Amino acid sequence: MRFVDEFRDEKQALLLADQIRKATTQPWRIMEVCGGQTHTIMQYGLPDLLPNEIELLHGPGCPVCVTGLELIDKAIQIASLRDVIFCSYGDMLRVPGSKGDLFDVKAAGGDVRIVYSPLDCLKIARENRGKRVVFLAIGFETTAPANAMAVKQAKKMKLDNFFLLCSHVTVPPVISGLMEFPETLVQGFLGPGHVCSVMGWTQYDELCQKYKIPIVVTGFEPIDILEGILKVVRQLEAGESRVENQYSRAVTRDGNKEAQAILDEVFDVCDQEWRGLGLIPKSGYKLKIDYANYDAEIVFDTDSDSVCESGVCISGDILKGIKKPKDCPAFGKQCTPEQPLGATMVSSEGTCAAYFRYGRLDLVV
Amino acid sequence: MLRTFDMGDWIWLSRTLGEEKAVNSQNKSFNIACPAPTADTGYIKLGHGSGGRMTEQLIEQAFLPALSNKILAEKEDASVVPLTADRLAFTTDSYVVSPIIFPGGDIGSLSVHGTVNDLCMRGAKPLYLSAAFIMEEGLCRARLETVVNSMRDACVESGIQLVTADTKVVNKGCADELFITTSGIGIIERQFVPSVSSAEEGDVVICSGDIGRHGMAIMAARAGLDLENTIESDSAPLNIMVDRLAEIGVSLHVLRDVTRGGLAGVLNEIAQASQVGIEIEELQIGVVDQVRAACEILGLDPLYVACEGRLVAIVKAVDEAIALEILRNSPHGQNAKTIGRVVAEHPERVVMRSRVGGRRIVDKLSGEQLPRIC
Repeated sequence: MRFVDEFRDEKQALLLADQIRKATTQPWRIMEVCGGQTHTIMQYGLPDLLPNEIELLHGPGCPVCVTGLELIDKAIQIASLRDVIFCSYGDMLRVPGSKGDLFDVKAAGGDVRIVYSPLDCLKIARENRGKRVVFLAIGFETTAPANAMAVKQAKKMKLDNFFLLCSHVTVPPVISGLMEFPETLVQGFLGPGHVCSVMGWTQYDELCQKYKIPIVVTGFEPIDILEGILKVVRQLEAGESRVENQYSRAVTRDGNKEAQAILDEVFDVCDQEWRGLGLIPKSGYKLKIDYANYDAEIVFDTDSDSVCESGVCISGDILKGIKKPKDCPAFGKQCTPEQPLGATMVSSEGTCAAYFRYGRLDLVV
Repeated sequence: MLRTFDMGDWIWLSRTLGEEKAVNSQNKSFNIACPAPTADTGYIKLGHGSGGRMTEQLIEQAFLPALSNKILAEKEDASVVPLTADRLAFTTDSYVVSPIIFPGGDIGSLSVHGTVNDLCMRGAKPLYLSAAFIMEEGLCRARLETVVNSMRDACVESGIQLVTADTKVVNKGCADELFITTSGIGIIERQFVPSVSSAEEGDVVICSGDIGRHGMAIMAARAGLDLENTIESDSAPLNIMVDRLAEIGVSLHVLRDVTRGGLAGVLNEIAQASQVGIEIEELQIGVVDQVRAACEILGLDPLYVACEGRLVAIVKAVDEAIALEILRNSPHGQNAKTIGRVVAEHPERVVMRSRVGGRRIVDKLSGEQLPRIC
């Protein structure tokens, strides 16, 4: 298959692995930011190809994992209402709130639907004028423009029964957040390829300078990841700290200006609660006051009881890169993809789920 | 030798035709005063499940022309069939696929193939089939006809005979167009019965073709994916290829058809039941481009996507070449390949060498395979 096979080529992979081995003279810890990158690393068994000196830390870039518990609880309350059709991406249905998940709501008779695009929800809203249609809008700068577009469309179509329950997060503030943790281990980042295709990479320049770390904007195929790692290692070995763009087939310096304009038009930047990491300043998007009629958090009255996470789960430390799934006593025992205790086991892109499904032999056997 | 077997509460022609005819002849005067509801519209109505005249007409018009045979035509409470073996294989399965008609097949052919395949995976020769149809009020008669005709074709291809059946109609909304349950009986003529627990170290793992077509055909139809080339289901009977393998004396340690849970599910079941490790090579596993493309779009892993016309055969290494030759020359087996081997290391685990050379565990699917979002 064109545009795919060339990035999954064994010869090329082994060549890159060899170059990484030759370039590495001491231990380095590199974090891939995106859940999609973690998935590729585990799916293709890439740690097997790397020298022992390179340790990959799995970052917080899975939007399903980091969506706050309180928001999940709100989603469950709203989805349980009789006049609501609740729409979401599939992965979110399994995310445990403090009492059950959206699958429980569906099983109890709630109208919960899996959609592939927020624009599908507009169609549902148009066809069900007697119902309120709520879309659980999560994700990074990648999914936010489409959600912004949906709200704009709804306004244009004069749809008064479409709402967003919004929990958007952004990457640069969480990289700052991770680097500010005193216990941080990260020495270099594989940057978020798809996020940068929307936002460009200039914001990451500042991060490199401030924290003296290399960031290589990287794609999602195995060859991309290996190339990204090679570039980070070469910078680390040379004592450099700058942005490089491995994913130039999708990412430009300034990104997608139209998408950025629509984000500015529809969203304000806000402080955001990250599951496992806590409140990170200016790390989220919320709907502007002009679009308050479409904001499910404003329109729907929900209780916000105090919420608490499982005491055993170490997903926060995993998202920070301080710990690995094997450090968790519950991993694979009380905590499995069928019965996830915390964020990182829930989504297929979560670190624990990726280890559970694709785990390295030495960790499992 | 004749054996009678009771299929339980089936009310095929014997009851619907025989008893109702008797009742109607006794009460003829009522029928003149109270005309029967019209039955000849293009949709299934509740009256078609009444057991009365409408049921009779439906069976005569929609089912019998395609499916009738000598045993069915006897119209008895239970079918009496000849059998000539000491050991039987008996299996049952329900089919609730949506949409009921999909590229490459429909619920009718699927309900025959699925049960035929389950029988032959135990080395049985499929002989007799039962079918129970649960129809939703409002089911389009033309669609029912398509399904029934393709059941007939599937029975003919696989050599199984439908000997007993039942129809029911439920209120609109209580089913999704049509559900079918089939049960099958086969005879075991050979000594050795393949079993999920019989894989041995050193055996080779053969897959009879490329994977993922059935699941992706259904998913693409449901998601309304507009692909350049339509993906057709691989739904097919596997008994002919199994028969040929057994005939030539291939050491069939394990036979398993790849259905829900995909190739990954089947291999994990085998590794666990046989207490062995299984190593597979990603590059040897066939996935056609359309399936790969649809999987990429929907964020699915082809290893976990269902097939309905593929089998995994685990055979002694010495039989590898002959097994491949037989499969490749059999209907539905042209693309058979060796995809891996059975090892003593990592018991109960399936390990795959990825296309870029790294190794990883292939685990069972947890719950439904949900699309990833970024």
